[in-house]
Amino acid sequence: MLCEHCGKNQANTHVKRVINGKVYEAMLCPECAAKMGFGSLTGTLNLGSLLGSTFTEAFKDAMLPMSDQIVCPECGATFNDIAQDGKVGCAKCYEIFYDRLLPSLQRIHGKTNHTGKLPRSAGIQAKQRNELDRLREDLAKAIEAQEYEKAAQIRDNIRELEKKEGE
Amino acid sequence: MNGNYTEKWYMKSGNEGDVVISTRIRLARNLRSYPFPNRMSQPQRQQCDEKIRDALLNGNSALANHFEYLGTNDMSEAEIISLVERHLISPEFARQTDGKLLLMDDESVSIMLNEEDHIRLQVMRPGLDLDGAYETADKIDTLLDEQLPYAFDDKLGYLTQCPTNLGTGMRASVMLHLPALQEKGIIPQLANTVSKLGLTIRGLYGEGSEPKGSIYQLSNQVTLGISEKAAITNLMGITKQVIAQERSYRENMKNDIRTVDAICRSYGILSTARILSGDEFMRLISNVRLGVAMGIIEDINLDTISWLLISAQAGMITAKEGHSLDAAQRDIKRASLVRNTIKS
Ligand SMILES: [Zn+2]
Ligand SMILES: [Zn+2]
Repeated sequence: MLCEHCGKNQANTHVKRVINGKVYEAMLCPECAAKMGFGSLTGTLNLGSLLGSTFTEAFKDAMLPMSDQIVCPECGATFNDIAQDGKVGCAKCYEIFYDRLLPSLQRIHGKTNHTGKLPRSAGIQAKQRNELDRLREDLAKAIEAQEYEKAAQIRDNIRELEKKEGE
Repeated sequence: MNGNYTEKWYMKSGNEGDVVISTRIRLARNLRSYPFPNRMSQPQRQQCDEKIRDALLNGNSALANHFEYLGTNDMSEAEIISLVERHLISPEFARQTDGKLLLMDDESVSIMLNEEDHIRLQVMRPGLDLDGAYETADKIDTLLDEQLPYAFDDKLGYLTQCPTNLGTGMRASVMLHLPALQEKGIIPQLANTVSKLGLTIRGLYGEGSEPKGSIYQLSNQVTLGISEKAAITNLMGITKQVIAQERSYRENMKNDIRTVDAICRSYGILSTARILSGDEFMRLISNVRLGVAMGIIEDINLDTISWLLISAQAGMITAKEGHSLDAAQRDIKRASLVRNTIKS
């Protein structure tokens, strides 16, 4: 969305100010936010709370009437609890409320699939996916170094893994 | 806890030290078996603290000997604030009652327990050293992973209390001294540019468009769908551009007698003043740092400035004194600390 102040730049900073007990909120571009003493340049709002409030904003539409509540069996959080303070209750919440969290995750990160380091507890599919990424990198390197025999070997390994993934 | 035996990481400057003060990698991790900190009971919190402590200290790694388990309940207010000033804990953690942390002897690694997440592991390095800092963080994280069942989802990655940290849970940042870019009013424009590249820049000390000491923190914002390596490469590339820009503006300032005069006057005051407020100190040390980086001041080096930037903060001065000081007493202590450091 565009900045609510100048209407020109991309807005990415959600600001909030309480004046005479009334809460004013706006989405601003970093320039306007800085000019008004807010924003990513000031120490008053740290990144966490900044993103937290954007997150909460993004969730307002998704909030449901109280009668329609699912409760997380592990921590007792409802989706409205999560939407209100931008904090998730426990790991299980991510499973229970996955579908409703997804649009906001898309808005925050632009993507919704993890890539990178995996812990021991990661599933076999994630591990295969990582292994594939690593092999593809090796393949590119081997081709660049004109090590064609090695490249052919890596390509075979990739095909084999891809077949497994398809199963 | 302020043992002087191990040299602290902030006693040195590092790569690209004229612009980059330090590098930080932070990893957010949670255990599968407990709710996130906001929904934990007191007994759960204590159990979880101890589980993580034991995983690190009883693990058969040589690292264990270098860590100490500390509780903020055993510290004075000044000692707690001094941990924030050394970037070892967050201000939120400082306000927590009985926060527990694991601290490495050279203070380059700290692990806050049950802050926003069960584990907040952070590694600090002087200068620009994203790869080095990540390597250490990765190693300690792997060590903990061997002992503790992490909360993880194949699609969403490491699960965190705040969805903004999902995925890698990694926040990489560089602390930059940008007096020239600030002077030229370029920072808002820079903030706009980096935000489009998935990064964020903010003042480290204080509010407004001119944060104290012209010190800024540049960090990655997105953690889901981008690997640690890619996020670090991205941050590295943009940091190098910011460094080049800052240097080119400094080059122009070199010939401006007013700039040189302001730098030398600042040095004069720092080396002779008898009373120094925190704000005045930050303003002057920023000028002097610029002067040293530009070769205008040669009597002291960037190592000394790195050390002073931390040691002359209010909590550090008070904690060293061992009893409470009012603001006026503190300003006198600060002036003598700075004066003596510069002289020696
Ligand atoms: Zn605007
Ligand atoms: Zn839950």
